[in-house]
Amino acid sequence: MIKTIGQRTASSILSLFVLMVLVFFLSRLTGDPAVLFLPIDATEQMKEEFRRLHGLDRPILDQFWTYLGDLARMDFGESLRKARPALEVVLEAYTWTLPLALITITLVMAAAIVLGSLAAFKVGGFFDRMVSIISLIGASAPDFWIAIVGIVVFSIGLGWLPTSGVGTPLHWVLPVAVLFIRPFGLVVQVVRGSMLSALSAPYVKTARAKGVKNLPLIFVHTLRNGLLPVITVLGDQAAALLNGAVVVETIFGFPGIGKLMIDSILQRDFNVVMAAIMVTALAIFIMNILIDIAYGLLDPRIRY
Amino acid sequence: MADTIPSTDAPVVIKAPSLLSMLWRDKLAFASATVLLIILAVAIIGPSALGDLATQQNLRGRNFPPFSLERGWVFFLGGDSLGRPMLARLIVAARSTILIALGTVLAAMAVGTTLGLIAGYMGRTVSEVIMRLADVIMSFPSLLIAVVVLYVLGPSIPHMILVLAITRIPIYLRTTRAEVLEIRERMFVQAAIVLGAGSLRIILRHILPIVMPTVITIATLDFAFVMLAESSLSFLGIGVQPPDITWGLMVSQGRPYLSTAWWLAFWPGLMIVLTALSLNLLSSWMRVALDPAQRWRLEARRTRDV
Repeated sequence: MIKTIGQRTASSILSLFVLMVLVFFLSRLTGDPAVLFLPIDATEQMKEEFRRLHGLDRPILDQFWTYLGDLARMDFGESLRKARPALEVVLEAYTWTLPLALITITLVMAAAIVLGSLAAFKVGGFFDRMVSIISLIGASAPDFWIAIVGIVVFSIGLGWLPTSGVGTPLHWVLPVAVLFIRPFGLVVQVVRGSMLSALSAPYVKTARAKGVKNLPLIFVHTLRNGLLPVITVLGDQAAALLNGAVVVETIFGFPGIGKLMIDSILQRDFNVVMAAIMVTALAIFIMNILIDIAYGLLDPRIRY
Repeated sequence: MADTIPSTDAPVVIKAPSLLSMLWRDKLAFASATVLLIILAVAIIGPSALGDLATQQNLRGRNFPPFSLERGWVFFLGGDSLGRPMLARLIVAARSTILIALGTVLAAMAVGTTLGLIAGYMGRTVSEVIMRLADVIMSFPSLLIAVVVLYVLGPSIPHMILVLAITRIPIYLRTTRAEVLEIRERMFVQAAIVLGAGSLRIILRHILPIVMPTVITIATLDFAFVMLAESSLSFLGIGVQPPDITWGLMVSQGRPYLSTAWWLAFWPGLMIVLTALSLNLLSSWMRVALDPAQRWRLEARRTRDV
């Protein structure tokens, strides 16, 4: 186990480094922050000063070495927009995205496992049809459109839920509901498929012959064996959520990492973009290790 | 004697039904294919038939409510914030939406499949390099690629295709490589090598035809995904820029009017849903129809596939 984690870490650090170099140089191709941050009538001298203040006037390789040096001391630089350390800005946004991702993925997991198992138990039945309809919607409807229709119906039409922002638990309902649909549609199909094959195993027949009732048969006997492929897909979906839901966060004015990312890219706040990419990579890395541990717990035959 | 026992090596010849008649038997897939053909036809013919109807502003028709024939059929779905007819705008947007999605899928499919064939067939080093490249592309934030291309090359439909195609290459690459790794160990490939066929001939004549059905099925599914991705980027303002117009951009332009004129954002979104839904339904049919091992489900007359 320790050895696997070590190998994982080494290869992750390598690809993260390549990613970092690419992002550093490519993002600096996208234009000069001085033009974006200073007022339109700023003189050339003011722009010069702004660039010197933030070290943007030096040769780009020079900037890169300085950045690497600072990074080694865990210094991610300052945010141009907020005049605060970039890492602090990113971590603050993460305290919003993390609960959003956790709530969504927990709901997805619970709903997908229950509905998917029931669908597999009775193929073509009520649950099966419901599952395939929701999956189709999830795969075909753009999330911003679902969000907008949700706002029109539940906020403007019925007035039940707030349109955007954070503050009360009610503010979380629409974002979670919109984020729920696509991962649910994907995961529930995997649950259904893997439960279908798990339910056809001989030991299920034995259990049935012994007179085990339907519900314990599904959820106690079969589920554990059907869960392995589900964990993999669930992990992919969780990774996507940890990356921040740019569109949904933008629509609902949710101050998470996705919104921070798009705002920082649009305003050329390079240090924040870099910090956001690295913090997200770390979160996904931790999650992947948790998933490996979950594999081992679910199936003791898996050894590392 | 021999006549009475059905012999195994000469089975009763059933005329294999054509793809078209198989499609007709699955009504849902048939409906999807019809919807897609109509959208495609409208996207090709529509814009030139409409002339400047879609760009003509008419401030008295601002946010004109839908379902009324008072101002003519083009206003049946309402008017937008500048009084342009929604129906005409939707038709014009259909062309660029389809063009971008089609261009992206074809480009990503061509490059991804080629690289996948190479990575799967050639030695370890080449394969490793290509796969690590795919990893980097997959972890690179696609928003940043979009902004870089938009800023460095300027906003246009071909550049949009470039951005999206780069992000979709890994899907084709990984699938193709995985398939090739398995296929190249099979007997007929070994036989071809023994007979002296060159690498190029083996890849193109022996391996590619087997990989193709999988790739085409993925491409259909991917078409829907690319359409959603393009509309998300356009929605965020880093995709297609006006005066070019796509359905995603139309949703984004309708967003400020949500509380007064819902139809501005609703119709283009519905078009996206309709197209993507048809593609998804058609793709799940294709998965069965193009797979020789599963095709019997559709060929057998009274069997309904589960």
